[in-house]
Amino acid sequence: MGILDIFLLEALINGVLLGGVLALLSLGLNLVFGVIDVVWICYAELIMLGMYGMYFLYSVYHVPIGLAAVVCIVGVGMLGVILHVVVIAPLLGAAPINQLLATGGVLFFLQSAATVLFGIEFRNLGLRLPVLKLSEMFISYSRLLAFGAALIGMVLVYLFLTRTYTGTAIRAIAQDRHIMILMGVDSRRIYVITSALGGGLAGLAACLLVLQYDVHPFVGLSFGPITFLICVLGGLGNFAGGFVAAFVFAELISLGGLYLDLEWGYVFAFVFFIVMMFVRPEGLLARRS
Amino acid sequence: MRRSLPWIAGAALIGLPFLYQSAYPLHIVIIILIWSFAYTSWSMMGRFGLVSLGHGGFMGIGAYVTALAWNHGGLTPWAGIPLALLAGGLLAVLVAYPCFRFRITGHYFALVTLALSGIVLQVITATRDQTGGSLGYTPERYRGGSSLYALQFSGKTTWYLIALAVWAAGIYVWYRVDRSMMRYALEAISEDEDGAAAAGVHVTAEKLKITVLSAMMTALAGALYCQYQMFISPDTVSGISISLQMVFAVVVGGIYVSLGPTVGAAITILLAEVLRISFGTRAVGWDNLVYGVLLVLFIVFLPKGILGSLLDLRRPSRGRPAPSA
Repeated sequence: MGILDIFLLEALINGVLLGGVLALLSLGLNLVFGVIDVVWICYAELIMLGMYGMYFLYSVYHVPIGLAAVVCIVGVGMLGVILHVVVIAPLLGAAPINQLLATGGVLFFLQSAATVLFGIEFRNLGLRLPVLKLSEMFISYSRLLAFGAALIGMVLVYLFLTRTYTGTAIRAIAQDRHIMILMGVDSRRIYVITSALGGGLAGLAACLLVLQYDVHPFVGLSFGPITFLICVLGGLGNFAGGFVAAFVFAELISLGGLYLDLEWGYVFAFVFFIVMMFVRPEGLLARRS
Repeated sequence: MRRSLPWIAGAALIGLPFLYQSAYPLHIVIIILIWSFAYTSWSMMGRFGLVSLGHGGFMGIGAYVTALAWNHGGLTPWAGIPLALLAGGLLAVLVAYPCFRFRITGHYFALVTLALSGIVLQVITATRDQTGGSLGYTPERYRGGSSLYALQFSGKTTWYLIALAVWAAGIYVWYRVDRSMMRYALEAISEDEDGAAAAGVHVTAEKLKITVLSAMMTALAGALYCQYQMFISPDTVSGISISLQMVFAVVVGGIYVSLGPTVGAAITILLAEVLRISFGTRAVGWDNLVYGVLLVLFIVFLPKGILGSLLDLRRPSRGRPAPSA
């Protein structure tokens, strides 16, 4: 195997691992969109707060990392509920673009609240996981862990949505939000549960991302936009589509980063997104109506 | 009295720098005028429900094309700015035409344009050998001082008058659109695209026209900002946060009234300055904290913005029914 092939293979594998995390990121956003029909522009900022939560619990207060992760997931889930009750619920009847902009306001708020509270320093857990060496390739354990946890998280959400009564109600609401109310489903309760679940997934993503990246108040901007684009590319609310789109995006970024700069990887991903919007506006896996 | 009011206000605005010559307040006013023009440009299409999050991209194109043409091509801004406008307009057509052709509206339009501002930001950062990347970029000074050829002036008064003229032109364009058939066509489209098309409105062409106009004006704002500040960086003239900042200021000021974006610019910039002066470096973050809370409160309670709501209060009977966007 030539040296170039090994780099290529490494980039491909890292792309798959990144894809797992991106898929998890987009899953929470997709769930909220599919059920409540609202785009949380501030989704990545919830993750940022979760990352700070992990940092403070683990590095400052020395809480065991497993417990810290649980606290973090539950905490961000609660933030999701607060976001829904305080900002989204009063706007449910308003124009969709107003909901988008209101969560944009929350984005500004959370970013600057983090700046004011925590300062703009980059912080990390100070936890260095070993790197796996496979022949000539280097693959970090933190990425593998993130990939594995993302897959488990997604399977759990899938089981919840398909195997439980509440999960069935959530899927039903996503299909037709008007009829289900007549069928005796309390949509407000479902919305709150969905927000908690979406927030919890953001919390899980935060626990995994903080292993690989430093946290700072603007960290959300580095993966927030890409998360939206993945959701839209997959078809907003279409979980399987989002899953596929995450891997496509991750490979584009990873391969673009291999051959040129990381920024060009993002440029390719964005351009691919715009082109796909024209070719398949309903998402990658849309059923043609 | 009502008819002469704009003339009196205009004369007062032109006379301002000659009566009152203090560099810092004048600088703030110039900045407010330039951003007001940018926000007005955004609201040209925003008021018809075409919410673009890509205007940071157009602004960045305007600023960087002008500066790059000057530094690398030796092209005077008098040629560079038209080139920048052309580039901005072309980019708008490239993205907006397929969007409108394939009926990408609402959320989806906002997110496609979001990708656009992401692309512009990343391209500027990636081509760091030419653009200086995230460290920013400075147009070269032309033999030290002021020059009409290089569109560089050291005096603030000159810049004030230029910014005022451009801003007034922006308001004039807003009025021309407001008085035109285009406005009715676009309002019909924002209410119901199929209905408008059935009534004989060429939906794609109308939307494309206003988008290109709005994009070119925004590119001009970027070029102006670059020539005035003589320093641009991807974060101050392009990217997603600039796009959101535009939307925010316009929503606060009032999206459906001509001076709404101007009021929004004045409020947001003055707020940031007051916080910066009174708290110094401790204020880092506080201005956006206030912005964020205000934005949410405005969208929930005052969706027409400050100026729009004030005007509604003054004339409840004559109030034009604002299109629900």
